[in-house]
Amino acid sequence: MMEKNKMRLVVIGNGMAGIRTVEELLKMSANEYDITVFGAEPQPNYNRILLSPVLSGEMKFQDTVLNDWSWYQENNITLHVGKRVSKIDRQRCQVETEDGLIAPYDRLLIATGSNPIMLPVPGINLPGVLAYRSIADVQEMLSMTGIGRRAVVIGGGLLGLEAANGLLMRGMQVAVVHLCDWPMERQLDKVGGGLLKEALEKRGMKFYLARQTEAILGETAVAGLRFVDGEEIAADLIVMSAGIRPDIALAKSAGIHCERGIVVSDTMQTFDPKIYSVGECVQHRGQTYGLVAPLFEQAKVAANHLARYGRMRYEGSSVSAKLKVTGIDLFSAGNFNAEPGDEELLLQDSARGVYKKLVLRDNKLRGAVMYGDTVDGPWYFQMMRDGTDITQLREHILFGQMHLGDSGHGGAASVANMPDSTEICGCNGVCKGTIVNAIIEKKLFTIDEVRAHTKASASCGSCTGLVESILANTLGGDYSAKSSKKAICACTESAHQDVPAAIRELGAKTIPELMRALEWKTVDGCHVCRPALNYYLMTAWPGVYQDDSRSRFINERVHANIQKDGTYSVIPRIWGGVTSPAELRAIAEIAERHKVPTVHITGGQRIGLYGISKENLPKMWAELVEAGFVSGHAYGKSLRTVKTCVGSEWCRFGTQDSTGLGIRVEKMTWGSWTPHKFKIAVSGCPRNCAEATIKDFGIVCVDSGYEIHVGGNGGIKVRVTDFLCKVGTEEEVLEYCGAFMQLYREQAHYMDRTAPWIERVGLAYVKQHIVDDATGRAELYVRFLESQRHSQNDPWKERANGIDAHEYTALASIA
Amino acid sequence: MNWIQVGRLEDIPRQGSRVINTSTGEIALFRSVDDRVFALNNRCPHKGGPLSQGIVHGTRVTCPLHSWVIDLETGEAIAPDKGCAQRHEVRVAHGVLFLEVKDQDPGSRCK
Ligand code: SRM
Ligand SMILES: Cc1cc2nc3c(=O)[nH]c(=O)nc-3n(C[C@H](O)[C@H](O)[C@H](O)COP(=O)(O)OP(=O)(O)OC[C@H]3O[C@@H](n4cnc5c(N)ncnc54)[C@H](O)[C@@H]3O)c2cc1C
Ligand code: SF4
Ligand code: FES
Repeated sequence: MMEKNKMRLVVIGNGMAGIRTVEELLKMSANEYDITVFGAEPQPNYNRILLSPVLSGEMKFQDTVLNDWSWYQENNITLHVGKRVSKIDRQRCQVETEDGLIAPYDRLLIATGSNPIMLPVPGINLPGVLAYRSIADVQEMLSMTGIGRRAVVIGGGLLGLEAANGLLMRGMQVAVVHLCDWPMERQLDKVGGGLLKEALEKRGMKFYLARQTEAILGETAVAGLRFVDGEEIAADLIVMSAGIRPDIALAKSAGIHCERGIVVSDTMQTFDPKIYSVGECVQHRGQTYGLVAPLFEQAKVAANHLARYGRMRYEGSSVSAKLKVTGIDLFSAGNFNAEPGDEELLLQDSARGVYKKLVLRDNKLRGAVMYGDTVDGPWYFQMMRDGTDITQLREHILFGQMHLGDSGHGGAASVANMPDSTEICGCNGVCKGTIVNAIIEKKLFTIDEVRAHTKASASCGSCTGLVESILANTLGGDYSAKSSKKAICACTESAHQDVPAAIRELGAKTIPELMRALEWKTVDGCHVCRPALNYYLMTAWPGVYQDDSRSRFINERVHANIQKDGTYSVIPRIWGGVTSPAELRAIAEIAERHKVPTVHITGGQRIGLYGISKENLPKMWAELVEAGFVSGHAYGKSLRTVKTCVGSEWCRFGTQDSTGLGIRVEKMTWGSWTPHKFKIAVSGCPRNCAEATIKDFGIVCVDSGYEIHVGGNGGIKVRVTDFLCKVGTEEEVLEYCGAFMQLYREQAHYMDRTAPWIERVGLAYVKQHIVDDATGRAELYVRFLESQRHSQNDPWKERANGIDAHEYTALASIA
Repeated sequence: MNWIQVGRLEDIPRQGSRVINTSTGEIALFRSVDDRVFALNNRCPHKGGPLSQGIVHGTRVTCPLHSWVIDLETGEAIAPDKGCAQRHEVRVAHGVLFLEVKDQDPGSRCK
């Protein structure tokens, strides 16, 4: 039964973009519309991307179906397949099919995709000349394959090569005819294209390059073709893959404004406000798109407006491309042909068959071509979209992100050639084959979906690049972060950068307020977003905001690190790593009294006491506090340690009092909350025994003063600090340190350490605020000290005195 | 079977949890943001992590050790993870919490 006042949505096109929009709409508001879908193809909605594996025999059509018949039923969608809409009557607000079916609409969505371009040469209509667009095309091709039969593919672009490869795998003799000097010239430069050609020739593909077709030969069926230069070649099957053209005929005939595509605004509306359009048929800000990732972004925006949320805008996409030919690893994105004013960085390793080219302008990445080793594709692509200043990475950038030091998966470089049994995710033990299967069977398109279904890269994240590469290899494009704006988690559309802005604009002071204002989709968020919101509020309103312990990870909630058996560790602060016999004796006695099973000297120059039961924590803290200790915050996204060396007090090389300075710095910074943990070290001379150059803030003493280094990281991805500047006095070190920490606290996304933050914003940005702008620096420093006034209360002392007692005791004991 | 009084609703922080010690192990009581109370064994089906220490959101809790998400209503892990923490019946009457304790071992209520 149709409810009376429900709006009617009609969708023209049962393809990838149209149905994705319906899916997004149903997620947001399931009952807003009575939905009717028209599809010219007789099949349910399927994944067009996977036609190539169907052609090559690596997959069956059934595996490509995204939504089968029952999905339409379950969602009360009226589906008309095999019916082509032939008219849109905008006066009456209805559409009409070729065979006279009429459907009225309140809102219309046009998602007609595009049509393959058929070259206007004689013979084009002969049987045996096929396009490559739909499953029907593939089925027809398959009916004509046969061992030893001859196929010619006209067009050596992405699709043409995939078709050629598929037919090759079916045992045909395959030739590719292409206008340019090398294949895939829109994705590859000459060198990369040459490498690709060689690899395909080795598999038996034949190339006719820089050749133009004059006519297709044959009487009743295809027999061959003739080039403009007169040469003729034989063919039993010809596949036309000379490009696509947005399918706008229907929209145009209804008087909707079209240029190359149907022109839409940032809300995906056509010039008729009742009519939306998404997909390959669309022209947005002058651009048309032929890959799925941008279409899915469009779908999200269109659905948002159809659901009358009215919040999102589509601002265009940058795309990257991948050829889905098993065993061939290539990646390209952006403008990879250097123009005047651009610089090129090149790497060529013929022995390994590796070629990489990066195009730079003003120290920013504009484009990348990679062949043979594409693991870093997603990394380059992200930096391109973020507009990262890469000055500091320049020397190493071609060697890739792993070269910068990545632990946990043995430096794997090429996913295309990996056997299925290769372990990709070292934390959760997930192999390549499992990931590929999940992408196909579970119809996954994003890294988050892969994480949710396989757990790959869901823990420490060091294999994210590899997983993104596998995704790109399987789906033929980059689906990682859709743009630099990435939703915090599934509870929201808001990205990290939206939150501080919203707090400022709305003056929001609590998590529920913020969630309401930003239209959170869940009642009270989840373990990912709540800690983030709590952090942003805390940073925005020091001393005012009431910290929400329910939005803290357990370690921060109870001020101790949880261990695998549910006990906790206790690590007292040892200022600058300097201790005394009295302190050591106190720790020893406490450890003995509480029968502490393990006492460990930590990697941060302190003493860790392990295996403490929760009930015992406050008692033990009381004793430590009594002996003069405060919490070491070894559990927090907060200042951890300030490591020092012995410096000028003892060391024959020491230039300054690194120990004393370290202690001063730690006394100033302890207790501060940061987006992620924050580590500091002070070394007494350039021998750098305190390892200051892999810390978030590192100080290296020299004869004439203090070098300041920032953005270093040990851990999963080792990153050496960037040199920020040199200062002359300890007071300046303190000021720069506080200012830097404050900038990081205010600007970084929650859970970014300084290393990825600096790689995103660029060192120049940090220099500008901390070094060049003395007033700005002073203000940052004042804000830092102000918030420190509210956070340097020892949490252990408070809890030893009874705060949050319920956290440490059972509610009841029953028999 | 009988119902044992174990405390008051306000003893459990909203979006929080408290533990009941029993002779057969710990039971965690959770209070959701809308004041519903759920009880599960305080053991994550993954590697036994104490669920009571996790972040409570909606009617779910995220285990503090490796972030499995457990449905408080059923005790089942959210896909792709598989496993189940045993559920117990709780009631809140006039702000007082009652936990159902069976005379014999009730056996697993997990599917
Ligand atoms: C205790 C300690 C090991 C030890 O016994 O020596 C340690 C223990 C843990 N480290 Fe660490 N790290 C310890 C020094 C380090 C160091 C060395 C250092 O600080 O100089 C590093 C490399 C330097 C760095 O961080 O840049 C280090 C890099 C990590 C990382 C990777 C961070 C990264 O950004 O890649 C993690 C994971 C994380 O934080 O997400 C981690 C996480 C952990 C956690 C918190 C894992 C967890 O979430 O439960 C471990 C907690 C065990 C516990 O209960 O104490 N730990 N960890 C060290 C404590 C130092 C202290 O006195 O506070
Ligand atoms: C062989 C092949 C391989 C590809 N590989 C990749 C890849 O690796 N990565 C990638 O990102 N993209 C790839 N693409 C591109 C991707 O498939 C398209 O970008 C995407 O399908 C476009 O979605 P769409 O909804 O705009 O159009 P479509 O998916 O084509 O859907 C449009 C639908 O509308 C129907 N229709 C048209 N007019 C009417 C009408 N008047 N009435 C009713 N129905 C109508 C059509 O029949 C069609 O079913 C590939 C495409 C092909 C053909
Ligand atoms: S202490 Fe650090 S390196 Fe050691 S197991 Fe734990 S997280 Fe891994
Ligand atoms: S023990 Fe709970 S997630 Fe591992």
